[in-house]
Amino acid sequence: MADVSIRGVSVAFQAVTVFDQLDLEIERGEFLVLLGPSGCGKSTLLNAIAGLLDVETGQIWIGGRNVTWEEPKDRRIAMVFQSYALYPRMTVRKNMSFGLRMAKTPKDEIDRRVNKAASMLQIDHLLDRRPDQLSGGQRQRVAIGRAMVRDADVFLFDEPLSNLDAQLRNELRVEIKRLHQQLGSTMIYVTHDQIEALTLADRIAVMKDLKIQQLATPHEIYHHPANRFVASFVGSPRMNFIDGWLEASNAGWSFTNGTHQLRLDGYPFEERPQPNQEVTLGIRPEHLQPAPQGVWTDFVVEMTEPMGADMLIWCRSGPDLLSVRTSSDHPVEVGARIALQLPVDRISLFAKASGNRI
Amino acid sequence: MTSVQPAGKRPRHVTIGRIGVYAFLLSAAAFFLLPLWIMVVTSLKPMTEVWEGNILALPRDPTMQPWLTAWAEACTGLDCNGIKVGFWNSVRILIPSVILSILAGAVNGYALSFWKVKGANVLFGILLAGAFIPYQVFLYPLVRVFSQAGIYNSMLCIVLVHVVFGMPIMTLLFRNYYAGLPVELFNAARIDGGGFWTIFTNVLLPMSTPIIIVAAILQVTGIWNDFIFGLTFAGRENLPMTVQLNNIVNSTQGERAYNVDMAATILTALVPLVVYFVSGRWFVRGIAAGAVKG
Repeated sequence: MADVSIRGVSVAFQAVTVFDQLDLEIERGEFLVLLGPSGCGKSTLLNAIAGLLDVETGQIWIGGRNVTWEEPKDRRIAMVFQSYALYPRMTVRKNMSFGLRMAKTPKDEIDRRVNKAASMLQIDHLLDRRPDQLSGGQRQRVAIGRAMVRDADVFLFDEPLSNLDAQLRNELRVEIKRLHQQLGSTMIYVTHDQIEALTLADRIAVMKDLKIQQLATPHEIYHHPANRFVASFVGSPRMNFIDGWLEASNAGWSFTNGTHQLRLDGYPFEERPQPNQEVTLGIRPEHLQPAPQGVWTDFVVEMTEPMGADMLIWCRSGPDLLSVRTSSDHPVEVGARIALQLPVDRISLFAKASGNRI
Repeated sequence: MTSVQPAGKRPRHVTIGRIGVYAFLLSAAAFFLLPLWIMVVTSLKPMTEVWEGNILALPRDPTMQPWLTAWAEACTGLDCNGIKVGFWNSVRILIPSVILSILAGAVNGYALSFWKVKGANVLFGILLAGAFIPYQVFLYPLVRVFSQAGIYNSMLCIVLVHVVFGMPIMTLLFRNYYAGLPVELFNAARIDGGGFWTIFTNVLLPMSTPIIIVAAILQVTGIWNDFIFGLTFAGRENLPMTVQLNNIVNSTQGERAYNVDMAATILTALVPLVVYFVSGRWFVRGIAAGAVKG
């Protein structure tokens, strides 16, 4: 049974329709990430689920109840914000217990829950400090703790790690994943960081232009992007794109752009391809490999980017500039000529007109 | 080992331009301080010395008698109880007016910036427009309204007037301050189960100290210096200090006791003066915020 269910929801924010007739089902205990560039509506959707924004049409169900018109506090949710949103005049303990105090929870129950959350997050020693005496990482831990003590069914995270530096971000990301395993609660997590999305999510909803572009597991999103936007947004370094067209022959379909050709034997077409259909071929840098006898030859190395374990080679042949991710153990000289191997089972083809996968 | 020295001549700190600036600033300060000086020295002289006409001179024979007279014995019309009656009237008007107008402004500002009130911008626009209409326009209609309601010429009446007329600028002040706070804080409090009043008292009021100080400075000085509302609405029993001062200065029979007038004036100005000196930097912020009012 779906724990959170969004049925035909439209939200208008400051007289602008943010999204229209959106449907989304989230399973109990699932970790769903809403991923997209800024302005794609992901935070707005989260605010609508939280009840901080009113919907124009549609319904929101949480835990089998229609909560469309219920107050945020009655939705059995907890939320963690990008700016931490800690109450500046209260100690950490007061911050974490605010919700319970508002709900008139007995005092020993409050103490028990706050202490439990604090020890899980290793912030016991900070309980009597004020937020301005804490570092960014500690503040976000407190904010997560404040969400935990509420004993909510659904946790909402609104870009919780965006204000932290890279190392803290990695640390807290692991912590959030561990929390999800321990608590087993449903979590909805908004981010524009694809690494966070890929590492944390059970499923990712990639959003753009107020629509969900693809809703799938991280593996599916990464390896079978539904359209060109998803392909280019997820993955770093970015996927290579080569414009060309399809040609049909007796032997089957092949891709060509005038300079290079690739036989598409065994490519799982999702739509019937048309002869001479204009398409974009996408292939991730790590799936391209330099080879002595490659399919595509005559690439000249323009630049190399060592990235520790790996190395990124930028090479050009005619108009095509491709990035190749390879082991840094085999140094390549700038100006060298290399050939490339393109495994057909790793490529994605997108219709040029619609951008959709074919 | 020798350290590296900066090359060239060190620039001079005392330049002609700098001297000019100081000269101008000092003379400007003197110009504005002169009236205060005259008032203080005159208030410390007996009348015999005042008649000599040397208004800038220090008192030869300083006396506190004019101050005591001004405070306790100066006559306003038939009563000769000094300006202390007005002082306590002003205090009794000031305290409830300041507290209530700040509270009203804070609640208004909070509601306007955080709760999606239907037509909030229109309401706020109307409220602000009220701040730009000259007070004199309201006087007669308000007198009619209050006498119809049977509270004209009372303490309640004058406090109500101050609260109502303080509302636009107080609301503007608090609205702008709250608009600068992250809305996420408010959202977090809503999810935590706070209601309209609990969020206000538990989360926002504790964060409002700076703006409350600014508001208090504006209201204390504004209400203390008020003349026309006090004269019109307070009634004979509750006339504020400013009105009493005017009566003392204008109603003396026979010779004018300049020294008593000066002492009474300084006494009246004392509360705003103390507020200015004590509040220092806060006051500058108050001016800046008040500047919006024009």
